[in-house]
Amino acid sequence: MDQANIRNFSIIAHIDHGKSTLADRILELTDTVTGREMREQLLDSMELERERGITIKAQAVRVAWKGHQLNLIDTPGHVDFTYEVSRSLQACEGALLVVDASQGSQAQTLANAYLAIEANLEIVPAVNKIDLPQSRPDEVATEIAELVGEAAERVQRISAKTGEGVADALDAIVERVPAPAGDPDAPPRALIFDSSYDQYRGVVAFVRVVDGTFTKGEALRAMAAGTQFEAEELGFLSPAMVSTPTLSAGEVGYLVTGLKDVSTLRVGDTLTSRRNPAGEPLPGYKDVKPMVFAGLFPTDGDQYPELRDALEKLKLNDAALFYEPETSQALGFGFRCGFLGLLHMEIVRERLEREFDLDLLVTAPTVAYRVQTRTGDEIEVHNPAEMPRELERVEEPYVRASIIVPKEYVGPVMELSNERRGRFDHMEYLSEDRVLLVYDLPLGEIVLDYYDQLKSRTKGYAGFDYDFAGFREGALVRVDVLIAGEPVDALSLISHRDSAYTRGRALVDRLREEIPRQMFDVAVQAAIGSRVIARETIKARRKDVLAKCYGGDITRKRKLLEKQKAGKKRMKQVGAVEVPQEAFLAVLNLEGKK
Amino acid sequence: MRDEAEHRRGSEAVDFGARRCRDAEGVSGGVRHLYVHMPFCVHRCGYCDFVTAVGRRGQHAAYVEAVLGELELERGLLAEPLETVFVGGGTPTFTEPAALERLLHALPEAAELTVEANPETVTPELARLLAAGGVNRVSLGAQSFQPGLLSVLERRAGPDDVRRAVDTLRDASFDNISLDFIYGIPGQSASALQADIKQALLLEPEHMSWYELEAKPGTRFTHSFGEELARQAEAMEGYFELVVERLTEAGYRWYETANFALSSDRDGGRDLRSRHNLGYWLGHDYLGVGVGAVSTVNGLRWRNAPRLAAYIEAAVAGERPARESEPLSDETVMRERLMLGLRLDEPLRLSDVNEAIDTDALARLRRLELVETAGSGVLLTPRGRRLGGGVTAELLAYTDT
Repeated sequence: MDQANIRNFSIIAHIDHGKSTLADRILELTDTVTGREMREQLLDSMELERERGITIKAQAVRVAWKGHQLNLIDTPGHVDFTYEVSRSLQACEGALLVVDASQGSQAQTLANAYLAIEANLEIVPAVNKIDLPQSRPDEVATEIAELVGEAAERVQRISAKTGEGVADALDAIVERVPAPAGDPDAPPRALIFDSSYDQYRGVVAFVRVVDGTFTKGEALRAMAAGTQFEAEELGFLSPAMVSTPTLSAGEVGYLVTGLKDVSTLRVGDTLTSRRNPAGEPLPGYKDVKPMVFAGLFPTDGDQYPELRDALEKLKLNDAALFYEPETSQALGFGFRCGFLGLLHMEIVRERLEREFDLDLLVTAPTVAYRVQTRTGDEIEVHNPAEMPRELERVEEPYVRASIIVPKEYVGPVMELSNERRGRFDHMEYLSEDRVLLVYDLPLGEIVLDYYDQLKSRTKGYAGFDYDFAGFREGALVRVDVLIAGEPVDALSLISHRDSAYTRGRALVDRLREEIPRQMFDVAVQAAIGSRVIARETIKARRKDVLAKCYGGDITRKRKLLEKQKAGKKRMKQVGAVEVPQEAFLAVLNLEGKK
Repeated sequence: MRDEAEHRRGSEAVDFGARRCRDAEGVSGGVRHLYVHMPFCVHRCGYCDFVTAVGRRGQHAAYVEAVLGELELERGLLAEPLETVFVGGGTPTFTEPAALERLLHALPEAAELTVEANPETVTPELARLLAAGGVNRVSLGAQSFQPGLLSVLERRAGPDDVRRAVDTLRDASFDNISLDFIYGIPGQSASALQADIKQALLLEPEHMSWYELEAKPGTRFTHSFGEELARQAEAMEGYFELVVERLTEAGYRWYETANFALSSDRDGGRDLRSRHNLGYWLGHDYLGVGVGAVSTVNGLRWRNAPRLAAYIEAAVAGERPARESEPLSDETVMRERLMLGLRLDEPLRLSDVNEAIDTDALARLRRLELVETAGSGVLLTPRGRRLGGGVTAELLAYTDT
């Protein structure tokens, strides 16, 4: 199709502000899907996505509207997937910014709107849910108009639920969003903005063709990764796959590659023809690296092979997921996994538990540290147990955090952010009583408990989003926990020097509560290197006998002891100390959710 | 329905048991210990989980006949003479005197014949009846000397009953009296326990058993005192130490986890340990007759159904009572041997229990000085004995069953 009649856009919205419902209405209104075929929120195909009201993987649907080809590119709705969002936006010329008419803009809306503005997209703002009695469309319209520098009357008023105003919004897209402007005659270039793994066809890439034309059967190359393959099939989603002979400049569609591993075809890479290659890749490719790490251990050690298989399968579809085997003296065999962020971690964990029926123990999340050792080597540390006790310097990842709160909570947010080593950047009033605060914060503090604290100190009102802001040096130390003199790897943590004592103390106190009394005194200590910073003693039991045992009791008492022995078998042995798995769980939980 | 199913299971067990018994009959009568269960009580105490029947005076004579009937059926298992007979309950001395007399005279002879008694039942007549029946050891359920605590336990006897019972038995020339006590009673303080120990020592019994109150699930007692018992759990550690310390100081031998015997040098060289109970702890076979009684003979354990009427009925018909049986593998026998043997203050021969021992655990427990090996034997250290339950559980080789 002539590029002049193509419009590529995405919908930017906060969780629950109605993005998926709106997508459904658009599919209906454009007769892409008949009402009968309509499954609620069709674009969110994964069960988990529907339940959590978020979209994890982007997809693109082509619809026809008044002689135009509209490509609706879905974007993942969360901070952990900022890079994927930015690539999806890169595939568009415009964005429909949807804000709930009763809730107003949220931190996440803002972050994604800024990404869209940075990507030079034409923003078509809209307030949604105008059918709801508590909606304040005019007020919210003014708020977002100011945000994107538009006139309030140019803000669309829609109800994705009833369909009211949706046709006007589509007209506005056709009218305001520019047509693609690539060179149809240049050597072909396409941006990969998403990929997924199909068990029969291998990796399927979702692409935006920028220049030239791609043809079925053509030999292709991914320019950054160097991966080579043939375009086994081309087409677009409607929303089912519709095969076409070609995809040309300005169009959005899919490409079946036959590749077996998504990591060979990363989001952000540029595809070109091998016969007629482009000289330069499209700008902006980034190799996204996991920033948050945690150990995943099967609660039942026998499930280790199942966990390994499950991670392998997830990885097929999730190039950002990283894992390597980890052995913990306390928790047995498992994997150290890397995630884009906390939500990504939660999603992976839930999918493992739900889709693969695994029972998991997840250690307290930590971040990637860059360490310069005494010998001058640079290493990256993903696991507190690997942190050298002696080192030259450590750098930790920082984020730029945007926090939106009602103005009465500015004080508590500042207090919390200061406690968590945040550096205040600036603050602005979004409306009379909503304030945006921008802080630089160590990611390590966020994965520890910042977000939970933020929610609790603002009674749930705070909206929060962040973007990575590079590595900075920090006064970080490794805190070890010793039970009866033996360091317990799973409980080591990396902490800022100033909070090391508090965290060490909390761990030791909790362990004293959780570890049952043994047949001897047990010292529980937290230490930085050889310096003990907290200590407790679990006093030995002095009595543990079966009071009576005569002829009539023998079977019952034997079974009692055998049960007790079996119970000991399930305990983790740290030196001579028996520690119930629950004790580790409770302590790890404390670290993760303090 | 449930009873019926249990009964059927019991009947099958009878066949199995009977077959094993017949086999045994042909070989020998090797069993040297006999237990006779007398279930009758004037009242069921709140903490009790034994097979008991309240009152039922009209049934006493019939029950005794039934017991003797069962004994007759199993006679072939028994050695002659027996080493020990133990008449327990219930309250054997609550049994109608004529029925009790009939029982005692019909029992086979044994070197040690013990009868359990409640203090309030001990009268000069009873003492004479016991002596005439060949009883040479009486085990008195004293439990405590504190009236308040006795009423918590729902015991009928008062402190004076205990003293009077001992005097009465002494007057009838009983020279082997054992007293049972309970500690950790709801409301009991450390000083109340000290007072009980002191009073007990004043009576100079040849033998004492001191039991921590076990609140067994399902008893009325647990229901009423659960919280207080949980509170006592901590104090119980100190109580146990106190009991062991005071009694050993007073010349008693702490020969089993909960049992103390006046040491032989204080009593003219007599070994005053309970020979009958030693039989259990040393892994000897024993025959138990009566309702709910348990026997272990030649690798088979069986338990008579705990229903009085059915028990008597079976005996009238000349049949064995309904039983549940449990064949014991060689491995299980060895595990029990370990579990029971470690309760004693004498070494257990390692070669007897080798395969039941977790050798890693043995090494660890030796390092912790909870277990020691002496020659070819293994025993718990004094601290190990205070932790005997946990130590034994650890020492037992892990098994899936």
